[in-house]
Amino acid sequence: MKVKLHIWRQSKASTAQNFAQDGKMVVYELDNVSKDMSFLEMLDFLNDKLTREGELPVAFDHDCREGVCGSCGIVIDGIPHGPQRGTTTCQLHMRSFKDGAEIYLEPMRAKAFPVLKDLVVNRSAFDRVVQAGAFISVSTGAPKDANAILVAKDAAEKAFDAATCIGCGACVAACKNASAMLFVGAKVSHFLHLPQGQPERDRRARNLVTAMDKEGFGNCTNQNECEAVCPKEISVRVIAEMNREFVRAKLREEPPSHKRVGGDG
Amino acid sequence: MSWLCAFWRSSIGGKLTMAVTGLLLFGFVVAHLLGNLQLLGGQEKLNAYAKMLHDLGSLLWVARIGLLLIFVLHIVTAIRLSRSNRSARPVQYAKSATLQASFASRSMLFSGLSLLGFVIYHLLHFTLGVVHVDEVAKKGADGHDVYSMVVASFSKAPVAAAYIAFQVLLFFHLQHGLQSFAQTLGLHHARYTPMIKSLAFLLALVVAGGNILVVLYPSLWLAKGAA
Amino acid sequence: MKLDARIPDGPIEGKWEKRRFDLKLVNPANKRKYKVLVVGSGLAGASAAASMAELGYQVECFCFQDSPRRAHSIAAQGGINAAKNYRNDGDSVWRLFYDTVKGGDFRAREANVYRLAQLSVNIIDQAVAQGVPFAREYSGLLDNRSFGGAQVSRTFYARGQTGQQLLLGAYSALSRQIGLGTVKMFPRTEMLDVVVIDGHAKGIVVRDLLTGEIRTHKGDAVVLATGGYGNVFYLSTNAKGCNVTATWRAYKRGAGFANPCYTQIHPTCIPVSGDHQSKLTLMSESLRNDGRVWVPLKKGEKRKPIDIPDSERDYYLERKYPSFGNLAPRDIASRAAMQVCDEGRGIGDTGLGVYLDFRDSIARLGKDAIAARYGNLFHMYARITAEDPYSQPMRIFPAVHYTMGGLWVDYDLQSTIPGLFVCGEANFSDHGSNRLGASALMQGLADGYFVLPYTIGGYLAGQKATAGIIEHPEFARVAAEVTAMTKKLLDIKGTRPVDDFHKALGKIMWSKCGMARTEAGLKDAIQQITKLRAEFWRDVKVLGSESTLNQSLEKAGRVADFLEFGELMCRDALERRESCGGHFREEWQELGEAKRDDENFRHSAVWEYAGPDKTPIRNTEQLEFENVHLAVRSYK
Repeated sequence: MKVKLHIWRQSKASTAQNFAQDGKMVVYELDNVSKDMSFLEMLDFLNDKLTREGELPVAFDHDCREGVCGSCGIVIDGIPHGPQRGTTTCQLHMRSFKDGAEIYLEPMRAKAFPVLKDLVVNRSAFDRVVQAGAFISVSTGAPKDANAILVAKDAAEKAFDAATCIGCGACVAACKNASAMLFVGAKVSHFLHLPQGQPERDRRARNLVTAMDKEGFGNCTNQNECEAVCPKEISVRVIAEMNREFVRAKLREEPPSHKRVGGDG
Repeated sequence: MSWLCAFWRSSIGGKLTMAVTGLLLFGFVVAHLLGNLQLLGGQEKLNAYAKMLHDLGSLLWVARIGLLLIFVLHIVTAIRLSRSNRSARPVQYAKSATLQASFASRSMLFSGLSLLGFVIYHLLHFTLGVVHVDEVAKKGADGHDVYSMVVASFSKAPVAAAYIAFQVLLFFHLQHGLQSFAQTLGLHHARYTPMIKSLAFLLALVVAGGNILVVLYPSLWLAKGAA
Repeated sequence: MKLDARIPDGPIEGKWEKRRFDLKLVNPANKRKYKVLVVGSGLAGASAAASMAELGYQVECFCFQDSPRRAHSIAAQGGINAAKNYRNDGDSVWRLFYDTVKGGDFRAREANVYRLAQLSVNIIDQAVAQGVPFAREYSGLLDNRSFGGAQVSRTFYARGQTGQQLLLGAYSALSRQIGLGTVKMFPRTEMLDVVVIDGHAKGIVVRDLLTGEIRTHKGDAVVLATGGYGNVFYLSTNAKGCNVTATWRAYKRGAGFANPCYTQIHPTCIPVSGDHQSKLTLMSESLRNDGRVWVPLKKGEKRKPIDIPDSERDYYLERKYPSFGNLAPRDIASRAAMQVCDEGRGIGDTGLGVYLDFRDSIARLGKDAIAARYGNLFHMYARITAEDPYSQPMRIFPAVHYTMGGLWVDYDLQSTIPGLFVCGEANFSDHGSNRLGASALMQGLADGYFVLPYTIGGYLAGQKATAGIIEHPEFARVAAEVTAMTKKLLDIKGTRPVDDFHKALGKIMWSKCGMARTEAGLKDAIQQITKLRAEFWRDVKVLGSESTLNQSLEKAGRVADFLEFGELMCRDALERRESCGGHFREEWQELGEAKRDDENFRHSAVWEYAGPDKTPIRNTEQLEFENVHLAVRSYK
């Protein structure tokens, strides 16, 4: 099959002052594309051709190519990861497109995800949010026997449904407000449903939301586009849970006391 | 107070402010609708209701100021959130697409700002009486014949059309606002969320439909009666 | 090369405790004066970095991905073994130890394997405490399933994403330390060399993949947790970025490379669909719990699988290995698949494939039960092949999956360069010549959480703390070498893209050093690789500059190393004149089964770099089996 690709090319990394950095959409026509190719294999094919012709290949993030590392996440025809639901870019196949299709490839667009080059964006904002509290503060050592604390099957399943997030950033890219609430909600929800997550419940909700806000993501307006593009089909339930947890934590929060020693780290 | 301010400034604090003030405003809209529906009871009923409100005196002012504060908070928060949303995406997509976001959800800012315009128009019209002066004059020198004023106003097609158009916007705004309220408060459940959505749709329909009924009343029922 | 495994004395059950007691300790107040550099952020790297930071060391951690969470451990599907005996089916530390030594075809170090089995139980406790959402029973207790090569149910799992959940657990522990400032994380940073000063590893040279800056990082010890080298085959189940560079460059600085020819070919992967293929996708081995493997009895069968009656199907694993059946170990299942394909009974357009059929399980348990167990895998299969595995059998074929070989380490996980520690898949590991299912996650985490944090202390206690403040001309010299190599790659300006060479290398490796190897084939491969390597340095085309994000340049460096490493792998396979585990030499077989030569090859081969274009030196570490008696591995 034959495709016409419109690809965002940007050679320099975005800065706060110049976000688009003179990047532009460039058109490439590609023939002899097999319908069994994955979308990224199609890009490999394009890059092979470009390299042979002496043109710089298109930079894009990818690694595992089996839908779990979360590296890829090209916005295809305005939809992060493309038209097939519950599918990462690497698992999307060309058979999802018609012969002669015109396809738009753009990097994820968000202030919190500056473009580094072509289709590659910097998603380290997600890591920083996680560092603020998406963990249980347990050090390596000798915790109790794994079966000492029972976890109801339903609770474990709910926690898993949230923990399955691959951190690809599609939710941010799809949201008209570039909000990260599905991602952050998933972190809150993961630990909320487990007994091990209870001791740090309030602190976690407060710290995660504060960290999220600091990164410059937008706010949720309940349009649920995030849920529709999430390759792991995480439900906006996690956002509701985060809202609830944050409000609860804020209401229960006591004013800082000088009597208590030790930091909040 | 600083913690309250910080809470309001947070993303979820902002959302919660929208949800709570939104619900209070919805309460007002419902109460307003019940008042409007007095029109259907006839001239005496509506005028008696208007007089009752008027006789509340200072209490009415307390309510008005409270309502104004809620309204301002709703708008100010909306503007703050919208601005931060806009800045969160400095470069737009060359090709954009929508998968499941409803029309109502995508037009909240538009419907909200339009409704703000409508409220001002509505106040200028019925409360302050500076537009459609001829029709407003119908309420008489003592200002007690609200019924005649309303009937006169809505009998004019352009006025009625404008009011109806705004009610359609109100329908969309309420429909998304009400279901968002539940989500923002953390009510999400595989079984109940679809029900909440249906309920939001229904409530929005009843409010907007009821108001439209009031607008149409003079031209449909009264005109028929006269014929 | 001196190879002292430094195995503690005494009975095997007490060796680890004895070593922990014998290791010198670093005073808590002094720990922060030591800096440890951890390269890699997968299960082994992230867990080691986090655990050492918790102890108080200064840690710097490096990964080439944009986030430590993306390391390829994330893709492990099936599960993690632990000798918890929660099922009351007779499991024990001893049995896990025994299964692992036997599964590895008696080519692993007993003491290490025993420690691994001992620590397996702690890993589950640790992971549960971190909030890893393992599968549960209705009682709230942890669920288990059985896995290839074992007759007990000791595998803990989180749907088909166990690696993901365990890595996210380790990543969360690492993130906590990064947040606390005790670990400094360097994502999008690739290690390109080790700096060895006075015989000790004292630093690394890295390239910042965004700015192209070549930088040195100095420390008191270096930990390599950089994974396996399966991508030498080009097509493998590894992530595209997986590479041998870190371990290869350490080898060239003096670290011994052990058993490079031990590669694991996983029996259940989705078959290749065409030349455009960039990677192979694994279908978890756990599928063999409920799926039955078969091929048609007749050669050249053209009917659809569902139209072939049972009487005309050959359930060859059940036929050949009645006691293990479809759960035969990976090397055996892979070889059996290759044999039926060689007989011309392979399925699909290419004839390179066998069926994995769920018809009977669906009939017995219902579609819902199968969907609950394997839903995500079926989904993934359907997406890639556009076929529905609920209504027709899956097509599967073996693919390169894991590499048991790696840098040689002693009992303390220290390589032949003092101060250079290696953990996870990057070391030559505890799996011998074949790894059992659900053991990789176990090893990576045991190394990172429970072994390295202790043993590295033993090393550091004997070293003067520098906190990474060292002045030595060697740093600049090695950095200059790395810079020169980067420039050299860009200056060739040839005609063929990097992938071209990688694919060519992969083809040589797969056909000559893949599932079955021969002396003639390996010799031929070495010649072909030498030629290809020369061609690469003459004609590779790498565009762009060294001072920006340049993915072609990154790839070129990795492929250059694979082109050298592939030769060593063939050489190792050539010299190991026996068949064992994943290493199958056609000359050494008995009734189609691998035939070991314990008299001559009961050792690990450890290769020593002798200089550019010189034949490397083969050293050996003799393996003693005092607790598990050498026996012919039988799964019949």
